[in-house]
Amino acid sequence: MIKLVKKIALILVSLNIFIFSQFSYAELSIEITEGVQGAHKIAVVPFANPKGEKLQVEIAQIIASNLARSGYFKALENSQMLAQPTQPAQVKFRNWEALGQDYLVIGVVTKDNNLYHVQMSLFDVYKKSQLKGLRVTVEASSLRMAAHHLSDAIYEKLTGIPGVFTTRIAYVTSELTAQNKRKYNLNIADYDGGNAISIAQSKEPIMSPAWSPKADKIAYVSFENKVSEIFVQALATGKRKSIAKYKGINGAPAWSPDGKRLALTLSKDGNSDIYILTLANKSLKKLTKSWAIDTEAAWSPDGKKILFTSDRGRRPQLYVMDSHGKGVAERITFDGDYNARGSFSANGKSVVMVQGAQGNFRIAVLDLESRTTTVLSNGKQDESPSFAPNGKVIIYARRKGKNDILATVTLDGVTKHDIQHTEGMVREPAWAPRH
Amino acid sequence: MKIKTIIMAFLLAISVVACSPDNVKEDSLGTAELLGSENGVESNVYNADGTRVTAIDLQNSSLTEADDLMQSAEFSDPNSPLSTRIIYFEYDSSQVRNEFISILEAHANYLMANPSQRVTLDGHSDERGTREYNIALGEQRAKSVFKMMRLIGVMANQIDIVSYGEEKPASLELNDDSFALNRRVEVVYK
Repeated sequence: MIKLVKKIALILVSLNIFIFSQFSYAELSIEITEGVQGAHKIAVVPFANPKGEKLQVEIAQIIASNLARSGYFKALENSQMLAQPTQPAQVKFRNWEALGQDYLVIGVVTKDNNLYHVQMSLFDVYKKSQLKGLRVTVEASSLRMAAHHLSDAIYEKLTGIPGVFTTRIAYVTSELTAQNKRKYNLNIADYDGGNAISIAQSKEPIMSPAWSPKADKIAYVSFENKVSEIFVQALATGKRKSIAKYKGINGAPAWSPDGKRLALTLSKDGNSDIYILTLANKSLKKLTKSWAIDTEAAWSPDGKKILFTSDRGRRPQLYVMDSHGKGVAERITFDGDYNARGSFSANGKSVVMVQGAQGNFRIAVLDLESRTTTVLSNGKQDESPSFAPNGKVIIYARRKGKNDILATVTLDGVTKHDIQHTEGMVREPAWAPRH
Repeated sequence: MKIKTIIMAFLLAISVVACSPDNVKEDSLGTAELLGSENGVESNVYNADGTRVTAIDLQNSSLTEADDLMQSAEFSDPNSPLSTRIIYFEYDSSQVRNEFISILEAHANYLMANPSQRVTLDGHSDERGTREYNIALGEQRAKSVFKMMRLIGVMANQIDIVSYGEEKPASLELNDDSFALNRRVEVVYK
């Protein structure tokens, strides 16, 4: 953890990089839509602000919603708290025991020139002991990120699983301008929708964002030239390359785990097939050769297999084949009449997909060992599921009224949260790998 | 037939942020790089974890104007089959329905009589199912129309195909009427 603090301090202080914190659009906020069962109870007391300053970022509130969203915790409302200690010496464990709390988090924010020190203490209420203390130093504009780092530390300490609160997501928005024209944006944001920024805008559709394994590039489909075309854009520089502009469909890019190849869907030879593009020499290898639609390729974490959607059996189902094209593709989905857009969890043990049954399209997870499928969402038109790097949460898009919004669901299907967007349609979330 | 094509390049200035001066400072590294891509303008912004991120605005080129043609009597008269330029499809089907065959024939005959005229067949799907699968479905629909026009005798180089899948719905409602309006191929003259 000292290493972490040093790392943040180094990045933010020594290099003297300053960060924008407020953007005029793409405001997202989280709303809890379904409750929690058997979760640990945790009280996150509002942190003390620096003298004479009211911070715009509510550190404790961000930590509490992060933990609640993970499905492992239920956070206590501030109004229920009997006291709001900010220093360890002020903590009276019996207050928290009386409220049935398992854990307690308190903290203080102090200011030192332009730097903010955010200090946190985590207590086990029943053992009456401190489990962890941590201090993070950031610029004002990175206070949200400081709250996410503290959330990761608390989550990992209490569950033994690395948190994903400092990871990012990419997604596409579509909105109507004042002139009644559509505007499409490719955006990246913190995992909870905070700090959202647009990295590409167009009047024509943008689709299928895919993170490179190092999370430094995004491949996506753009119709800006009135045809489908796949671009790879470096996040740091904005430099981008057109990597596929063949006749017909150029779609569904997916990075190989080593980042050297991309699986694509092309229809240049007549109908949609999966191809593997090697970036270094631009060589293209056709992987599927069926008369049917083959699309939506995803790599297994070891890079040996390709998962894809095919309607070779008349209805779309998921198939797995060798990534070098050897052997035959094996069908892996048999529940529901429509299974598509599959992707592997980071440990390769499960696949998340869109499952259509009785006219509803929902997010489902297939356990590859037991071959059992669990439906996680309950909408009519849920789509584009993407695993968190720790495999415990899935982000997806769903219809709410006339809008598409992003939502998360835990792997057990119990905890569901919506990420509210102020306007327009929000879709195709892609969770960045940890980098 | 003279078609006027107006190429418009939109380079919108990026209005990235409405930041107050207090929370915006110049990057002291000062590494302002020129965008290497042929498309777009750049504007540097920074993500919250210190990662530098650059936003670009994509050009939307080649906006075609076939308005003059579309306002001519044979295309605008509701009694002319050429006034219908949208062909609708059944759910999960790319088969051209009988009622649209005479309309396709009219467009095919027009194209054969005007060999310099070109069209794009825009394939679309309803929003049920996944986006990339729907791109493939939209293309199958456009290809059905293409094949029929070819059989009648239109030259292949007069027809382009683009599938937008469910990305450009004609109606945003989530009901059967709306889905039916979205499962379509649009014949776009250019």
